[in-house]
Amino acid sequence: MIRLQQRAAAPRGFLVAMPVAAVVVTFVLTAGIVVAAGANPVDAYRQFLITPLQSQFSLLEVLVSMTPVLFTGLAVAFAFRAGYWNIGAEGQLLSGAIAAAWIGQHVEGVPRGLVIPAAVALGAVAGALWALTPALLRIRFGIDEVVTTLLLNPVALLLVSALLNGPWRDPVTKFPESPRIAASAELPQLVDRSRLHLGFALGLALALLLWFVTTRTATGVRLRAVGLSPRGARFARIPVERTLLLAALVSGAIAGLAGVSEVMGIQYRLTEGISPGYGYTGVVVATLGGLSMIGAAVAAFFLGLVNVGAGTASRVLDVPSQLGEIITASLLLVAVALILFRRYRLVWR
Amino acid sequence: MPAADTAVGGGPGNGAAVALRGIVKRFGDTVANDGVDFTLAPGTIHALLGENGAGKTTLMRVLYGLTAADEGEIRVDGARADIRAPRDAIRHGIGMVTQHFSLVEPMTVAENVMLGAEGGFRLDAAAARARVQDASERAGITVHPDARVGALSVGERQRVEIVKALSRDARVLILDEPTAVLVPQQIELLFEALRRLREQGLAVVFISHKLREVTAISDEVTVLRRGQVAGVARTSDVDERELARMMIGRPTMGVQRDAVHAGGEPVLRVDGLEAEDSRGLPAVRGVSFEVRAGEILGVAGVSGNGQTELAEVLSGLREASGGSVQVDGEPGRIPEDRRASVVGELSVAYNLVLEQLDEFRRGPMLDERAIRRRADELIERFDIRARPNDAVQGLSGGNMQKVLLARVLAREPRALVVSQPTQGLDVGATEYVRSQLLAQRERGAGILLISEDLEELLALSDRLVVMYEGELVGEFGAAEVDVAEVGALMAGLRR
Amino acid sequence: MNFVLDIVQATFRVSTPIVYATVGDTYVQRGGMLNLGIEGMMFAGAFFGFMTAFHSGSLWLGLAGAVGVGVAAAVLLGFLVVTLGTSQHVAGIGMTLLLIAVSEFTNRLVFGRPETLPKVETFGKLLDQSVLTYLAFLALVPAGWWVLGRSRFGLRVRAVGENPEAADVAGINVFWTRYAALMVGGGLAAAGGAFLTLAVLGSFTLDIIAGRGWVALAMVIFGRWHVGRAVVGALIFSAIYALQLRLQILPGWDAVPYELLIALPYVAVIVALALAGRNVAYPGAYLRPYRRA
Repeated sequence: MIRLQQRAAAPRGFLVAMPVAAVVVTFVLTAGIVVAAGANPVDAYRQFLITPLQSQFSLLEVLVSMTPVLFTGLAVAFAFRAGYWNIGAEGQLLSGAIAAAWIGQHVEGVPRGLVIPAAVALGAVAGALWALTPALLRIRFGIDEVVTTLLLNPVALLLVSALLNGPWRDPVTKFPESPRIAASAELPQLVDRSRLHLGFALGLALALLLWFVTTRTATGVRLRAVGLSPRGARFARIPVERTLLLAALVSGAIAGLAGVSEVMGIQYRLTEGISPGYGYTGVVVATLGGLSMIGAAVAAFFLGLVNVGAGTASRVLDVPSQLGEIITASLLLVAVALILFRRYRLVWR
Repeated sequence: MPAADTAVGGGPGNGAAVALRGIVKRFGDTVANDGVDFTLAPGTIHALLGENGAGKTTLMRVLYGLTAADEGEIRVDGARADIRAPRDAIRHGIGMVTQHFSLVEPMTVAENVMLGAEGGFRLDAAAARARVQDASERAGITVHPDARVGALSVGERQRVEIVKALSRDARVLILDEPTAVLVPQQIELLFEALRRLREQGLAVVFISHKLREVTAISDEVTVLRRGQVAGVARTSDVDERELARMMIGRPTMGVQRDAVHAGGEPVLRVDGLEAEDSRGLPAVRGVSFEVRAGEILGVAGVSGNGQTELAEVLSGLREASGGSVQVDGEPGRIPEDRRASVVGELSVAYNLVLEQLDEFRRGPMLDERAIRRRADELIERFDIRARPNDAVQGLSGGNMQKVLLARVLAREPRALVVSQPTQGLDVGATEYVRSQLLAQRERGAGILLISEDLEELLALSDRLVVMYEGELVGEFGAAEVDVAEVGALMAGLRR
Repeated sequence: MNFVLDIVQATFRVSTPIVYATVGDTYVQRGGMLNLGIEGMMFAGAFFGFMTAFHSGSLWLGLAGAVGVGVAAAVLLGFLVVTLGTSQHVAGIGMTLLLIAVSEFTNRLVFGRPETLPKVETFGKLLDQSVLTYLAFLALVPAGWWVLGRSRFGLRVRAVGENPEAADVAGINVFWTRYAALMVGGGLAAAGGAFLTLAVLGSFTLDIIAGRGWVALAMVIFGRWHVGRAVVGALIFSAIYALQLRLQILPGWDAVPYELLIALPYVAVIVALALAGRNVAYPGAYLRPYRRA
């Protein structure tokens, strides 16, 4: 029988060794799947990890690809730190996306300098609003937020569909897509002739800001105290309910920004496929990043790499691109297991 | 102590029901059991004596398969026994009643007794009832098979645990601190049941740190000190003083208040207080009292009679459902469950300032250096054996309690609400905590002291009230306390 | 009259996959665990059940294949949350992501990008209901209720979810019991997913589960961890679902976007939780991994 034995302190170098070990273990575990798809695992992993870094174009694509999951990862990490299990980043993202698409359709001629801050604010509010009901149910009636935040995800997606098949259906193409947003609502490119847009910079700035809040302020300590021990926090006269509400709303707001960034930086319209599960991937990013804001940024970069790599691997090696998602999910499971070794070691007896 | 060892129980493997040899168990850096030998003969009550942290419980958990020993062996009836889990111990005829009980509260007595020995895929309620009946007759105690365990008092739960062990034909019964939750009258009933079981040939291990009980009930005694055997003897051959010396290794002074204080101005006044427990049932019912400056008001009572809820209301953790509370300033609070009242994964330094984070700010930022200075100062002043950056969860119970004391006392509150301040602490830490409380009393603080330890209450309180089923049922001045009377009130025999 | 009968018929059809998952998840939650892998287990059950049936030509083999995949996923989740004691939230979401990805990956490998969806003949029907629906309501629900309340296994599952220490002291293998509860939950969730491909659609689509796993989780809480009450919850959800299906095709209702009608039952679940789930007593050891001190 395998047992876990507690140890006094994290082994040295854990912070570096753990992610590396997680990647190695994941690749070993998924090698069989790559072989089943008829490819050489070593080739595949080179496509995943090395190739995207070898050209400026693909490197920029990695940054593009990490942007939405950076936002959702920050959102999830912020909530999880306070012990608030917000698994509704997907719905909150869509809520923010709806807000961005709405404002984008109504600001023809308004200067960009006004539109973008307004859209960011509105998207954040929309995300926070989508997060509000589960938070209130949790705080007022003790109803588990996991299930309610989860259930609101399909609801948000259905709302998007209803808008796109109804009032917002593109009048020209008749596709279930909203009309293209006004030019002044488009986030500017950071690098010419690339898709890298202002949303990426916003995400990085937000990561820094949240890093400061979570590690350098009284609010950050209170969030952690509530997350680690609600009873201990309450005993220390920390307002637990208010702290949870703050965590839930801030988390929802950040997730909402992911939607704003995708609508105004990439798609320039609302589509049904605006998020292929970025909200859920946020859980992966937050966990891989150890619930640290800087860690989340690093993890988001890595997942961006895997995502771009999966695209090239699928083209070059003819492996279904879902391999990227398999690796992402496996990485999460491996990491969540390896994180334990910070405080435990395995003994066999 | 091999010399004494052979004198008792007939030596290893020689007719002994159970023998432990050279048991070593380490938890990280601490050695809980350091080469312990223990021999238990059938038909005896064998006390395992030692202060908190001496390794008594660990040793018995090893025997019962709940803790895996690092070294040593277990012999049952002379043969080496491989006990890796409780089911192995049960198979060898060993039963254990853990200190805080191991019962599933929403289930009935019969279901709890069945659990793990169901006798078939289909549950047979009638058979289970019969087993309960049979086992309770053997011990001469009564339990109702269809009662829900959650609705039972601690004394009744203990009886269920004993019945559970007996219904599996236990030949060895381990009781971990069985008297801690009982009032004097119930203790006598328990002892009667144990004597009865001894007649039937059972071997009983009686874990305790109370000398008087050990000498009253046991035939043999093994004393543990810091994980090692400090002595083995026939109980009739030793007296309490000798046992105390073996247990503690030095004479204790015993911290005791000086003359009784009359108290000054009221600093905490509670009037007609009502509160509900977590299930929404009334737990505190119309409680009124005053604590005056410079006095300690003790609250006696068996756990589960509303003391926890009373303390929680006064600590701001629970809403009162009626009545009023007036406090002079913010009350200082020492909680009942200290492990749950710190944030274990945060550092000592953060825990020390957690209530006043806003006082340690520079602009939007926390002033880490000021926090560090404060921690250094309090660690020094309260003799906390830890560094500021250590996580609190790694501290011993005594040091954790000192962290909580430091956080509270540094603010010199006028009123203090103190719950079970020395529960689970060793003698040194207990004395330290008690002397700190007395120092606060000297300073002029009014202290409400809630404790299940009657001796502690008698040693510290100026006045004593008894709580039973949510009500105060008696009040005594320190000079006029009659222990038997207090016990009767605690047990609800008189009101 | 026809309208009412239609709704009743549709209610049973719609509820069947959720009932499978709900009965199974009652065991998981009673065992003190939250299975956020349930959505993925339903998804994998739907796909692998379909794939097995398609290639073997046997629906029952397909169902068995689905159950096998669900049980295997439960064992993996058990390793993470029972043996290792990792965060059940994170491990569960990870399972869902993994199972969905593996199913879609395999779908692409096995079926490529066909012009028309591959199909299988669905399970036979009796009075307009699938045999699997009869199986659910006539066998699974009573058996699920009886085993949880009246059998050794049920007693042990309840004990390890309420107080694993006590169960351990009573000689029960806490780990194995929790694994077993997860396997029951995983197998039944997958069977519920397979119902959708093998008894309703006859084919596999990517949006086939659409949050039904989360609904099952909610139903267990709504039913306060009793099989019967949870199934009643699933029936109420399905009745609302069936009602909106009828409304969609009713004259005058076409002004309402059908997506909003589909969203209605999900919102109803949240409302139901808000009304019935207030401060309910969760199993005592919910989310708590068990480790001996």
